[in-house]
Amino acid sequence: MKEFTDIALEKARTLGATYADIRIVTRKQESVRTKNGNVDSMGSSVSRGFGVRVLCDGAWGFASSSLLESGEINSITEEAVSIAKASASVKRDKDVQLAPVEPVVDKWESQFRIDPFEVKAEDKISLLLEADSLMRKNQQVRIASGNIWCMKEDKIFASTEGSYIEQVKTETGGGIEATATDGREMQRRSYPNSAGGDCASSGYELILGMNLLDHAERIGSEAVELLSAKQCPAMETTLILDSSQLTLQIHESCGHPIELDRVFGQEASYAGTSFLTPEKQGTFRYGSEKVNIVADATIPGGLGSFGYDDEGVPGQRINVVEEGIFKNYLSSRETAFELGQSSTGAMRADGWNRIPIIRMTNINLEPGDWTLDEMIEDTDEGIYMETNKSWSIDDRRLNFQFGTEVAYEIKDGSLGAMLKNPNYTGITYEFWGSCDAVGNEDEWRLWGLNNCGKGEPGQVAHVGHGAAPARFRNVKVGVGEWK
Amino acid sequence: MNSTRGKDQQKHLLGKERMLEIADKVIKESPGDLTEVLITGGPSRLTRFTENYIHQNVAEVNHSISVRVIFDKKIGTASTNSLDDDSLKEVVQAAAEIARLQRPNEEFEGIPDPEPYKEVPAFSDRTYNFSAMERANAVKEIIEQAKERGYKAAGAFSTGGRELCVANSRGVRAYHASTSASLSTVVSSDTSSGYAESRAIDVDEISAADLGRTAAEKCAMGENPGVIEPGEYEVILEPLAVADMLMYLAAMGFSAQAVREGRSFLVGKLGQKIFSDLFTMWDDGLDERGFPMPFDLEGVPKQKVVMVERGVAKELVYDFKNARKEGRKSTGHGTFGGWGPMPSNVFMAGGEHSLEDMIKNTRRGILVTRFHYTNLAHPMKMLITGMTRDGTFLIEDGEIVKPIKNLRFTESALRVFGTMDMLSKDMVRAGRSVVPAIRVPAFAFTGVTEF
Repeated sequence: MKEFTDIALEKARTLGATYADIRIVTRKQESVRTKNGNVDSMGSSVSRGFGVRVLCDGAWGFASSSLLESGEINSITEEAVSIAKASASVKRDKDVQLAPVEPVVDKWESQFRIDPFEVKAEDKISLLLEADSLMRKNQQVRIASGNIWCMKEDKIFASTEGSYIEQVKTETGGGIEATATDGREMQRRSYPNSAGGDCASSGYELILGMNLLDHAERIGSEAVELLSAKQCPAMETTLILDSSQLTLQIHESCGHPIELDRVFGQEASYAGTSFLTPEKQGTFRYGSEKVNIVADATIPGGLGSFGYDDEGVPGQRINVVEEGIFKNYLSSRETAFELGQSSTGAMRADGWNRIPIIRMTNINLEPGDWTLDEMIEDTDEGIYMETNKSWSIDDRRLNFQFGTEVAYEIKDGSLGAMLKNPNYTGITYEFWGSCDAVGNEDEWRLWGLNNCGKGEPGQVAHVGHGAAPARFRNVKVGVGEWK
Repeated sequence: MNSTRGKDQQKHLLGKERMLEIADKVIKESPGDLTEVLITGGPSRLTRFTENYIHQNVAEVNHSISVRVIFDKKIGTASTNSLDDDSLKEVVQAAAEIARLQRPNEEFEGIPDPEPYKEVPAFSDRTYNFSAMERANAVKEIIEQAKERGYKAAGAFSTGGRELCVANSRGVRAYHASTSASLSTVVSSDTSSGYAESRAIDVDEISAADLGRTAAEKCAMGENPGVIEPGEYEVILEPLAVADMLMYLAAMGFSAQAVREGRSFLVGKLGQKIFSDLFTMWDDGLDERGFPMPFDLEGVPKQKVVMVERGVAKELVYDFKNARKEGRKSTGHGTFGGWGPMPSNVFMAGGEHSLEDMIKNTRRGILVTRFHYTNLAHPMKMLITGMTRDGTFLIEDGEIVKPIKNLRFTESALRVFGTMDMLSKDMVRAGRSVVPAIRVPAFAFTGVTEF
């Protein structure tokens, strides 16, 4: 492929680009989905192409094509340069500058034990259909569904600074879901997580480790039980979140606001900006002293792990929040330069036809020293919520509201009645400031989230979040009219 | 605007003849009892700006083909974005191999027969050929409006063309080419922001200067917002906010599959009056006020479906499978691969009023420009939560009295469209739908933020 990358980089230089990079990406995917005893869909897809990014006259241009041949590479590079010149006609008072990075020639590959593309289709189908049948043992389960997917991405990155990096990443994901209805009410339970389950930079061992058949009947029964469960009351109370719901809380209220492109307004017209403005770096109290958050692209198996980002910056582990104080951003070479810092290596593109933008890696709440049982025993009155159902947050990432699939009352240190339609709301730093207990390493778990949307045109990122259950005080729950 | 004819010569478009040739080749190559083909693609280009400069500027050329091969009731799907002969053979073989490994899907109801469809003009050469420099010049016009007031503009301007070919082994051969242009901007001061957007098939219908002015004026109106307590207020929703809620209502409620599976609020309520007399909503893929599309992704011609008429829930949208299960005809709302029907070109009837009339008739209420990050909290209750954004104002005694900080709402779309009492005469393109502004006598705001 080097012959192709050389064409683009040489052409860009000839046309006056001060910097250029090219990515050649091939993505192969397979998926099986089952629903109510049938295989709803089974398919495969391949997408291949290249994208050329150039800095010319101090401004960015990008063009991409699915036709990987020398003539097209030349013409797409010309288009990228002409687009950069158009950008330069409406540019800032200063040129784009990039924080330095050492050129790298390297290869990186994610690890797995069982190649998910080599697992027989029948094995995947029979596992999902068996789970399907267990979920529907209770006849009030109207919809039982399951899915298993895998993806392999081969990526080459080359830049005019001399980097040439080949990376191969294999991902696997899946889960099951039961929906019960009685004509008036509809309730859902999923396993191991909602929104399609869990996923990781892993092989088929991830699916085997889920033990779907051990949980299928349970989630079917819980979905039915929820139909007649008590409505979550409206009150201010102590809230304990399970680790899967915490991942979305971290994602929306910490992961997005620490993206430095958002901070600089680069998403202002779409998903918004961030309350974590630069003067807060190093001093702002984001949470209580119990709150330690890292961004870690180096964890084996993390869905947000990689060798190098799409600017050739090595994957890193950085402290985001230390004992409650906000410390570091996720950044790119361009945005890091603005703050006189080094890139924290978070630039990733959703395939060959998108530019890299700042994306989360694995944003993890570091473990504390509690077990979940101890946390519940230590709570006189409160609510325990599990598994995300809905999410919403304002465009500076302050006011949020989340709904979960299920909740349980906590009374005098024990779990009580099941509650339906639970939700909670708050302001980001007040909520994290009220955190007084975080689960220990045994309770900690790394989750994958493969549907993080950002940017125009839209991009979907695969990111990871690690968390153990945690407790928050004085949280408003039961928002809205639920009669 | 041009018709769909004459696109064959456009750079980066394959054209009708070539697309149908590929589809024929694939269908001929397929060993399946039945075969479906979807080919789509074209160029797309987008310029983004922030803080009064262009920071991202991109272009893409891509086509992809998806093939569904069916043996009896065993179905396999494969797709690729390489359209050379070898890749086409590979994608057919991949779909066939998957189908052979499959189990029969007892829900499968076959694939549609060909039906004539009406071609609708949806292609503009101006939009198709609009250059990066022309987009930059339009962005400059918006930035000038912002700079005049000392504000900062952000936004995105996209232009592009798309062609779509649906074919199957029962003889369906459908082709449609379209263009779209979309320009949106948020203009911000230190304490406020204003928004405006415009979408069109023909880029010349979009005035960057007008959008910049509208957003800047709204930003000026919003400076130094006050805080009000959350609670129930009268509310006036501008078209973008209406469209946001309406799409949840249409998509979650009016799919025949959702009703059949018991997950729609319409279960047992079809034919009943469950909304305000003022509420009429339909789907029309051929109406040129929207983004017309003559057929669905199964190649079935689009029918006009009146979903709600004067408050009565009337018709659902169907794809081929769900229609067959109920002994009906598809309304042309199918998706590729049997994902279920979906309304796609939604219109809501306007009323007799102006936005000013609504404000005059409001004693103590809130004017909402648009919502942010809405999410469905409960599909049967149609309970939606989200934030207001880019222009939220307090109305007292028939007048806008002050801008206010953004609020969170947690409210049912059933109550909103069930109780609304005034609608604007004007219906505008908002998102992918065409809607008026509305006034609602009581709307639940459940939280407030810091800006």
